[in-house]
Amino acid sequence: MYRYDEFDQDFVNARVEQFSDQVDRRLAGEITEDQFRPLRLMNGVYLQLHAYMLRVAIPYGTLSSKQMRMLAHIARTYDKGYGHFTTRQNIQYNWPALSDMPTILADLASVEMHAIQTSGNCIRNVTADHFAGAAADEVADPRPYAEILRQWSSVHPEFSYLPRKFKIAVTGAERDRAAIQTHDIGLHLKKNAGGELGFAVYVGGGQGRTPMVAKKIRDFLPENQLLAYCTAILRVYNLYGRRDNKYKARIKILVHETGTEEFARQVEAEWQALKDTELKLPEADIRAIEAYFAPPALTPRPEGEDAVRVARLDSKSFSEWLDQNVVTHRNPDYAAVTISLKGIGEAPGDASDSQMDAIADLAEKCAFDEIRVSHEQNLIFPHVARADLKAIYDELVQIGLATANSNLITDIIACPGLDYCALANARSISVAQNISNRFADLARQRDIGELKLKISGCINACGHHHVGHIGILGVEKKGAELYQVTLGGSGDETTTIGEIIGRGFGPDEITDAIETIVDTYLAVRADRSERFLDTYRRVGPAPFKEALYAGETKAA
Amino acid sequence: MKVLTGNRLTDGEAVWYRADGSFAETIDGAQLAKDKAEQDRLEAIGKKAYADNLILDVELIDVELFDGRIVPQRLRERIRAAGPTNRTDLGKQARSAPAAAAGFDGGGI
Ligand code: SF4
Repeated sequence: MYRYDEFDQDFVNARVEQFSDQVDRRLAGEITEDQFRPLRLMNGVYLQLHAYMLRVAIPYGTLSSKQMRMLAHIARTYDKGYGHFTTRQNIQYNWPALSDMPTILADLASVEMHAIQTSGNCIRNVTADHFAGAAADEVADPRPYAEILRQWSSVHPEFSYLPRKFKIAVTGAERDRAAIQTHDIGLHLKKNAGGELGFAVYVGGGQGRTPMVAKKIRDFLPENQLLAYCTAILRVYNLYGRRDNKYKARIKILVHETGTEEFARQVEAEWQALKDTELKLPEADIRAIEAYFAPPALTPRPEGEDAVRVARLDSKSFSEWLDQNVVTHRNPDYAAVTISLKGIGEAPGDASDSQMDAIADLAEKCAFDEIRVSHEQNLIFPHVARADLKAIYDELVQIGLATANSNLITDIIACPGLDYCALANARSISVAQNISNRFADLARQRDIGELKLKISGCINACGHHHVGHIGILGVEKKGAELYQVTLGGSGDETTTIGEIIGRGFGPDEITDAIETIVDTYLAVRADRSERFLDTYRRVGPAPFKEALYAGETKAA
Repeated sequence: MKVLTGNRLTDGEAVWYRADGSFAETIDGAQLAKDKAEQDRLEAIGKKAYADNLILDVELIDVELFDGRIVPQRLRERIRAAGPTNRTDLGKQARSAPAAAAGFDGGGI
């Protein structure tokens, strides 16, 4: 894992001191809210419906046990005993007092964490494939590049006041688990014909009120040009991105209005002027950062195969969990484990302080001290010996985190919605809970197969509804909650924006509507191997529309 | 009918203005503004509380009376007044738990 050097630590400590002083002055009434708001936002502090909210950065979703324990400590000491893992691989606390923020940030700094650039019109926390460094299908670990981007973008003087926020995601595999095409910049780490590492560069993806799939502007960028090229993109954006209208200020609008070809030409022109400057990464620097991410020493554990086979026979629930939540590792004696934060009927992404502590202990004992947060709001142990899987499963059962639903219909992404968020129009969590309860039966979920259901409580789309196979967007209509359904979205290497299926549904209708959609899929799918998304792509919206609204048309 | 609400500076707690001049942590007992003049008065109080660095996100919200209880019209405001609907153990709603246990809401049936 990356360890802070003295510059990192000094910088974070200095920021804690600076913000402590700002909080003191705010509490003493020496600065106004208008003066303070941008300062608190730069440090991840929002004001929500019930209280302040603190968003803590988890760079590329990677945590050590010590860091996870600190997150638990903060939940217990300054909050109400839980935290919410977000689709940006961060954690949010829902109840901290402003007066406690300096202490919380000091606690975080003591484990090399902070809340800097988790808000504001700057380059936000860089996200990455949650199986990075473990995935059998990746060409190289994308996190060293995410770390290089983090260092470069932290309080970058030129890019701290962009027209709007800016999100970068990196993946090192063909199979895109980091949803890179929904980001302002998406980087796909790959090898060229000569075996050299570099990136396919995507620009201008995004969700929100104007969802767009990113456009590829370069098929192969040598790895040492990462910062030169990103700088070129940011420069073009900083120069020409709109500042007159918040809703048109993201780079996706600029790329769209300029045209992909012309935009790419402008970036290439900027890049020509930068590619041989100090922004060209020295080979030694890349390899030095890479060394921090060296995989743990994975000793041979060939006994795992038999151990798993026997344990499968003994326990059906373990066997189901294996099928659902355990994926292949690059080392055949090992596996990567998804710890579902989507217990049936629970709030997606929430974890209690004691669960966080238990996960930290377990990671220390059996997972090389490494934990990941996925953008799908689950936790991951990226490196686990297959021989230890049963022991891990048993412990997860003890702490209520052994739900075997990864990628199934109850593995729902949901934003905090109207239960917490000041911007929300409708609740998300309760919708997720109702759907989860309706589809609680695991055999039924497994029969339905892979189905990504994503819910946002407003058009800002933090719950990624646009790219859900089934997406649900909460809106407010005549003072009541109404849920609009989109179908056919996906956030992988075939990123697609879902299509609105028809009129929305009230809170009492939405679960039934989802069930109707699922039943329709089951009736029209070619066979069990045809996933919901494949079926939708094959048959289109017609059968779903018919099932949802036919009665109404006839009645009308 | 309207009441004046906001969030307290120190801890972000949702609060409502009362006739005695305080900002209380529950909506019950909030000062009602029934006409334009009363609304203007509350609005001025809100602006002052904001300027005095006491209360943030100051707003006049629409409410109705049910059996003498103040109920906000918008769900957003009802959730602010109670707490997250998925965590009834948290927020204001949790604090009134003794009242509920005493039989006011027929809990458990
Ligand atoms: S999508 Fe809207 S409601 Fe949900 S967290 Fe984002 S801003 Fe809040």
